[in-house]
Order: sequence, then structure tokens, then C-alpha cells
Amino acid sequence: MYEKQLLSGDEAIAQACLDCGVKMGVGYPGTPSTEILEYFSTLGGHSQWAPNEKVALEVGIGSAFSNARTLVTMKHVGLNVAADPLFTVAYTGTDGGLVILSADDPGMASSQNEQDNRNYAVAAGLPMFEPADSQEAYDLTIRAFEVSEQWKIPVLFRITTRVCHSKCIVMRRTPASAPGKPHFERNVKGKVMVPAFARPAHRELRRKLAELAQYNNQSADLTVEYRRGDRLGIITSGISVQHSLDAAPEASILHLKMTYPLPLERISKFVDSVERCVVVEEGDPWLEKQLRAAGLHIGGKPEMYRFGELSVGRVRRLLNGDVSPETAPPAGKPPQLCPGCPHRKVFDVLRDMGSIVSGDIGCYTLGVMPPFSAMDTCVCMGASIGVALGMRQVLPEEEARRVVSVIGDSTFMHSGLTGIVDMVYNRPPTGHLVLILDNHTTAMTGLQEHAGTGRKLDHTPAPQIIIEDVVRAMGVDHVDVIDPTAKPAEFTGLVARRLASNDISVIVARRPCILALVKIRQYENLNAEQGAK
Amino acid sequence: MNQNVINVVFAGLGGQGVLKASDILAEVAFAAGLDVKKSEVHGMSQRGGSVSSDVRYGGKVASPMVPECEADYLVVLDETQVPVNEGRLKEGGCLIAPSMIDISRLQNPKSLNVALLGALSARLEFPRDWWIEVVKSSLPAKLHEMNIAAFDLGVESMK
Repeated sequence: MYEKQLLSGDEAIAQACLDCGVKMGVGYPGTPSTEILEYFSTLGGHSQWAPNEKVALEVGIGSAFSNARTLVTMKHVGLNVAADPLFTVAYTGTDGGLVILSADDPGMASSQNEQDNRNYAVAAGLPMFEPADSQEAYDLTIRAFEVSEQWKIPVLFRITTRVCHSKCIVMRRTPASAPGKPHFERNVKGKVMVPAFARPAHRELRRKLAELAQYNNQSADLTVEYRRGDRLGIITSGISVQHSLDAAPEASILHLKMTYPLPLERISKFVDSVERCVVVEEGDPWLEKQLRAAGLHIGGKPEMYRFGELSVGRVRRLLNGDVSPETAPPAGKPPQLCPGCPHRKVFDVLRDMGSIVSGDIGCYTLGVMPPFSAMDTCVCMGASIGVALGMRQVLPEEEARRVVSVIGDSTFMHSGLTGIVDMVYNRPPTGHLVLILDNHTTAMTGLQEHAGTGRKLDHTPAPQIIIEDVVRAMGVDHVDVIDPTAKPAEFTGLVARRLASNDISVIVARRPCILALVKIRQYENLNAEQGAK
Repeated sequence: MNQNVINVVFAGLGGQGVLKASDILAEVAFAAGLDVKKSEVHGMSQRGGSVSSDVRYGGKVASPMVPECEADYLVVLDETQVPVNEGRLKEGGCLIAPSMIDISRLQNPKSLNVALLGALSARLEFPRDWWIEVVKSSLPAKLHEMNIAAFDLGVESMK
């Protein structure tokens, strides 16, 4: 008999993975999904950080092709990076259960966009689960593996910030089905997606989805109805279920746990049973559009509720069709680069030089804040290099010469390498300068390891990729390593010299993150002790 | 135990122990056998920005977020964050702020979060023993004595 625990959604998913025998947890850190693999590792599960989400999913596919239960985790934008393998693994299917988890961030607590990853379920043609709290996150994780193995199809697991980071009471259980033993079964037609094999595979995928729609209609526990009145009905999923329960105590609520393919028969009966029916959902009007397309008479939300998170108050307003302007919550103190942060000196210099700074995703994006105000673009992981090269190619010489790329060490491992390839291959006439801010950690997401730190996800020793060796081998003209905080004048002079030349240069600005310093020392001491034994 | 849902909002700046304080309250309510949910947003807040965390407990809790203007208690760890968050209190709700405690009597300013929990505990129905037990299980042993003293200072401040 298990005891109740108070767990975050992320922790509950990790616990479920342990309880149902997941052999491989792989992903790339990204708020709010990061803690899943960390907690899974703490519990004794095998977790590893991949250099990026595409590689993570590919590793996950290989593991699931080998009949091992596999969890792949990432934040919402990570699924864009992993979209290439995603669409085709939908065709191949897998032998072992494959659950692909991506965490959306409505309201953008710490993201660059608020894309709605439910769209991927339709686009790729994959079943999708959406838990509404930690208990559901636990239960549906196990269910997702069962469905994945029964239909030999990857399952999308869509969670949001509030589910990831809210703690609720969770009761564990013993899963009904045990995982199989890893082995590889040759099935060329099923796993080699040349056109001749992919054509029937696509038909097979659509057949599976038709069956899954029936499964969803027939699974009473995947669509729960809270009957509380006949006048108003609410169709909802995920965290919006909780807000709706509080916001409309008189309304009947249809709570969907598997949102693709939809249980249209169940939904249709519910719509018929109430006088007025409204869809309550965060993000895109995704459920609303599908239900309207199915010919159901339902109401949706005014456009203003597409933006940001929902809350009890916003659901009340949404149900009343209230489109009056919302009072913005008072602005708190914005985040800033920490006192003593090694990035500070770099941005002082770039500001004073009047550089056009092509930035990237990480703590150093805060270089955009005063007193630095030293960032001009930031789009996605790795874009600092490509975007800057585009500018260098078309801008007049005086402006082109001011363009600098700024990218962190973990982001460089994630998607900076291909940018360097383009810099060497399509060399701009004025050359270019890439600053790699190496603080020895993935700082913004909470100090995770990566291929350049020399430690694995659990902080034990690992082979280390040396950034300067890699870029030198790629054919960059000048590669320097310097600590700008310790040698500010030298750093300033070096940047000025590189920008004045027509060469392509990389400067690795190396100094550990001030928050990571103590931890890194602890890991190293511990690893040295272990090594001595 | 009262089954009505009680709403508590914790607010402060990154690094002050806002999340730890809300974790401790959630665990105490959990130990009382109540339904409990706790919600927060982390990420960029660890760079010294504003942080807040919501705890709701009672017979049955649905949304993990305290609805607008419905907080029964607002515990603020930094005076600058009072004006930012006081709008979240319901009418007649209770504000607990650092100014209510003689901070000079804290052995270490880092235990302010636990001192404010002590002050909050004076208004809630959970016995002191439960709080102390959770404080101990949430913090390393070498910090126990200092934090228990801070907790009791908070309790005393509300008398």
C-alpha cells in the first residue's frame, strides 16, 4: 500500500515513469519541464541530457525501437526542434512505449512565445493526453505508456506551467502491464521510411487514430462529467478544468483527459444535455475549432482570452463574455543579471562599443535590461549566429562591422555548431565575431549540466566537449579564450581588434556562473573522492 | 479541522525563501489531512525578480491559484513587494509583513521566511508541533535551532 505524497506535476510524472518501468528518460532542459528528468534520476531512473530536443527524440526513438519504455521531455519550443523526427516516428510507430512530453508556457513565465503544442497532435497525427493536476499527471503517464504499446504509436503528453509546478496530493499505484525486455526486432517495412514503405505507414497511422477515437469514446475514465446543472455546460481539459470547477459552481463540466483524437460521441451527448455549452481552454481556440468542425453547437472565448494564462477570475469573465479591458497586475521587480554575474562585463563592453548584438536564449538574454541595454535580437536557440550572419551579408560595411553574436555554452551545444558551419562556409565580406559566454552550466533553467561541463545529468564525471577545440577544427580564423571579468581591458581590446578585421573569430568568454560555483565545487570534490576509492 | 478553503499568498524576491515558506505551509496542511494545492511560477525569478507562491487548503481544492482578491492571508518577505501584492488580499484579509517582526532579534536574516511563518501560524489552527516537525524535515539539521527560534519570534510578534 502506497502513502499519499505532495508532488508537483513534474515530480508525479517522474514517479509514474519509475513505477511503470521506464528504461530511458532523455530530454533537454527547459522551464517548466526540467525537473522531470532530474527527479527521475534522483529516484534511481536512467536520465540523460541530450544536446538538443531533436537528438533527445532520436535517442528516444532508438530506445523505444528496442522495446524499452521511453520518456522524452522538453519545453514547448523544444518540440519545434524535434518536429522532424516527430512527424515520421508517427508513421513508424515503436515497439516499446514512447511518450513525448512537451510543456507549454501560456503567459510566458519564462519563454519566448506561448505556442500551443496541441496543434502538433493534429499536425503529426498522434494521440495526446493532458493532465489537470499531479494525480492525473501520474495516472495518465502510466496510461500513455499502455496506449503507446497497445497501438504501437508514440503518445504526446501536453502539460502546462501550472500543472508542472503546482503541488497536489498524489497516490501511487501498481501499473497493470509490465514493461517488455529490450531487444531489436527487424521490421524493414515498418522502420525504414522510404516512400514505398511510408505510403502504407501513413494509412496505418490513420487506421490507428480511428481506433483510438473509439477507444477514447469508450473509456469512461478518460472523459469525466461533473453534473451540476442543465443550464450551462463547460467542455475543458488540463488546468482549465480546475479553474472552471471554481469559477462556475452551477455549471456541468466535461473534463477531457485524452484530447486527441477527441471522444466526439461523448462530447456530442454532453452538448445535447445542457442549454448552453462553452469551451474553456488556454491558448488557441483549438478544442473549439475541432468541435465546431464536427458540427457541434458550442460557444468559445473572446479573442482576448487567447493571450496569457487563465485563472478563476478570467474564466468567470470569459463565461460572461466580458471583453472589458483587464486590469494588469502591478509590475513586480523584473529579473536581472545577478550581482557578480560573469556576463555583466561582456555587456558593459558591447554597450560601450555600440555593437549590434544578435542575442540568444539564456540568462544572458537579460543583457537587454538596463543598465546594459545591449541586445538587439533574440529569436530562438542558436539564432544569435544565423541572424547575425544574415545581417553581416546585407548591411552596409560600417553597420555590418558592428554586428556581434552572443551565445551561451549550453545553447552553443544545442544549436550553435551549425551556425559556425555557416559562418565558415558562407563567410561574410566583413568577417564576423561570435562571443560564446561559457559559464559552465545551463544557468537559466536551474543549473543543469551539458556536453561541455564534463559532468552527466546526475553530476558524475563525463567526457567533455571542448568548445574552443571544436570551433578551431571547423576552420574559424581566430579562437581566443578569456575571462572578461578578470581581464576587462584585454577583453575590450580583443573585441575591438576582431571587429576591425575581416576575419571570422570566436571569443570564448569563460568564467563560471556565480550561482553554480559552490555546486560545481561540491560535484568536483565528490567526484574526486569517488575516483580515489 | 475546518473544511473551508483557506487561501494564502506568499510574495518576495528571488532567493528569500518564498517557495520554501509556501512548501512548509503546504506540508503542514497536508499533515492535517486536508486537501492542498500549491502553485508558483519559477524560472527567471531566480535572478532576483519578484516571486510569489499560492497555497490553498481545505476539504476540497480545485484551482491551484488563489483567485483574484480572495487571499485570506498575504505573507510578504520584502517590504517593497507589499504594494505589488496587497491587491490580492480579500477585504478584511490579513497582511503579514517583515515590519511586524523585530528583525534585529533574528540570528540570521535568512530565517525571515520561517519567522513570518511563525507569525502566520498564530492566525491558523495548526498546532506548533506540526509546524516544527515540517520545518525540521524541510531544512538541514544545522539550521534547525536557528529556524525554530525564528519561528517562535514570529509567533511572539503576533501576541
